[in-house]
Amino acid sequence: MTFWQLYRRNRSAVLGLFILFAVFAMAAFASVLFPEDPFRLAGKPMSPPGENGFFLGSDTLGRDVASGIAHGARTSLMIAGLATAVAVFIGAVLGGLAGYYGGWTDDILMRVTEMFQTIPSFVFAILIVAIMKPSIQSIVIAIAVVSWPAVARLVRGEFISLRNREFIQACHSVGMGDLRIMLAEILPNCLSPIIVAGSLMVATAILIESGLSFLGLGDPNIISWGFQIGAGRTVLRSAWWVCTFPGIAILLTVLAINLVGEGLNDALNPRLRERT
Amino acid sequence: MNHSAKRIRYVLKRLLQAIPVILAILVVNFFLLHLAEGDAADVLAGEAGSATPEYMAQLRQKFGLDKPLPVQLAIYLKNVLSFDLGFSFRHNMPVSQLVLDRFVPTLLLMVSTILLAVGFGIVLGLFAASGLNTWRDNVISFFALITYATPLFWVGLMMIVVFSLKLHWFPTSGMENVAMFYEGWDRVKDIAHHLVMPTITLSLFYLALYTRLMRASMLEQAGMDYVVTARAKGLTERRIVFVHILRNALLPVVTMAGVQVGALIGGSVIVESVFAWPGLGMLAYEALFSRDLNLLLGIFLLSALLVVAINLIVDVIYSFLDPRIEVT
Repeated sequence: MTFWQLYRRNRSAVLGLFILFAVFAMAAFASVLFPEDPFRLAGKPMSPPGENGFFLGSDTLGRDVASGIAHGARTSLMIAGLATAVAVFIGAVLGGLAGYYGGWTDDILMRVTEMFQTIPSFVFAILIVAIMKPSIQSIVIAIAVVSWPAVARLVRGEFISLRNREFIQACHSVGMGDLRIMLAEILPNCLSPIIVAGSLMVATAILIESGLSFLGLGDPNIISWGFQIGAGRTVLRSAWWVCTFPGIAILLTVLAINLVGEGLNDALNPRLRERT
Repeated sequence: MNHSAKRIRYVLKRLLQAIPVILAILVVNFFLLHLAEGDAADVLAGEAGSATPEYMAQLRQKFGLDKPLPVQLAIYLKNVLSFDLGFSFRHNMPVSQLVLDRFVPTLLLMVSTILLAVGFGIVLGLFAASGLNTWRDNVISFFALITYATPLFWVGLMMIVVFSLKLHWFPTSGMENVAMFYEGWDRVKDIAHHLVMPTITLSLFYLALYTRLMRASMLEQAGMDYVVTARAKGLTERRIVFVHILRNALLPVVTMAGVQVGALIGGSVIVESVFAWPGLGMLAYEALFSRDLNLLLGIFLLSALLVVAINLIVDVIYSFLDPRIEVT
């Protein structure tokens, strides 16, 4: 069966893919749909949804909530994507080295990984962003720093199970170098669990990013969903829509990514699914 | 060697293993402090409004900030071990004092959250597993899926909109109604009333987690040989599920409760700042606003130590619950 046929069997994963496409489209066409700066004061403050030309209402300063959501989609996807890429890279390198070489390399790297897993991750992320001053870079670094240990453990496990297989022994016997074995022989064989873990990690990254910007640790120059909710919470009593709609955007996006992740898991590891 | 001696040795071994982790956390903490722009002398000078370079140098000497890095690290370790976490200039109090004062409300919130999440998680997981692939199972799985995707702070705000602002069932924020000067049982009732919404908000995510875990664990145990034996003995299905499977299925849930404590602390920062619950999380939120890094690092340190301690306790409990993980 082709990949798509396998993926399609999971109905909710297809739904997730649709929602995710919609979010991507919203992010891509944000400047077309809402050409103005989302921070611009667009009209009467605190307009309820549907009034004064605001589809989803306006906030305390008269900023368009819908425009903020569209532009915020960019921020969320970009930060989550970048952070996941960095985390997967660090995790794959450290996990790969630990799993391939074993021995004291493994011991040291796994101690470090365990320590990072012990540290309460969200508090750690807050601390990193607060110390480095809020910006896209510091948020990406903070999310990557708290996310890589999971990848490292996964990759290590895969490397350990593969390093003694016959085809790897064959590689050793024809004199292939360690680096080439790791990158060209072992890594391609453990890509599917990494892809699945990475896709689920994007969802977590979006949640962490929104939490940070809700606490006022977002990049001050870029609109984001968490920032919108944080800015709207003071007027919760009189303008519920400012907080509600960006939250729904986060919920739908994260849900879609989780569904896609599960679908990828089913499609890439078909044996796993049949077993359960 | 007899059993209890082995157990004591195991506990001691786990205690020893925790020491390098704690040291590493302290070192990370120290370097984070150094990564931050400006040192204690800058902060003091800033508070004073102005300072001459000579005065700054004098201050640095006083705090040992002119010493080489390893010496500073040693001083820092010594200070922490004597529970001196520095001074918060915003609150005009030692950090250790501040952190301890706010520790109890956080502990209250966390304990009630864990009880609610683990308790309901076990019940819901049991329900889902016993009605596999029925509407019951599907509803519970759907609930878990949605909960996983919802940001905590948003749930909190929406609960405030519905249950506080519209229905007036629960107060929007705080831990107690200070203006009423409640005493005794009235005060307990008042605090419990304030505790309801933060606890529900914080526990939702973990509830979903424990539900899924309990469901998977029940299903795994149901396929074991001892279940077949029990059935062959002619035990009722009810007895098999509640006496035989349930007990064994609980083990992974206990372990998970320990592993998730770190995440719970992160969640409490968000929930406390939404509901203005006067605990460590709220303190961290205030520290963020006033750029009080010393205080933030103190909170971070305490929460990391808390995670280490709770993991240790869970491991020990686990070794009592499941004598198979020996302790070798």
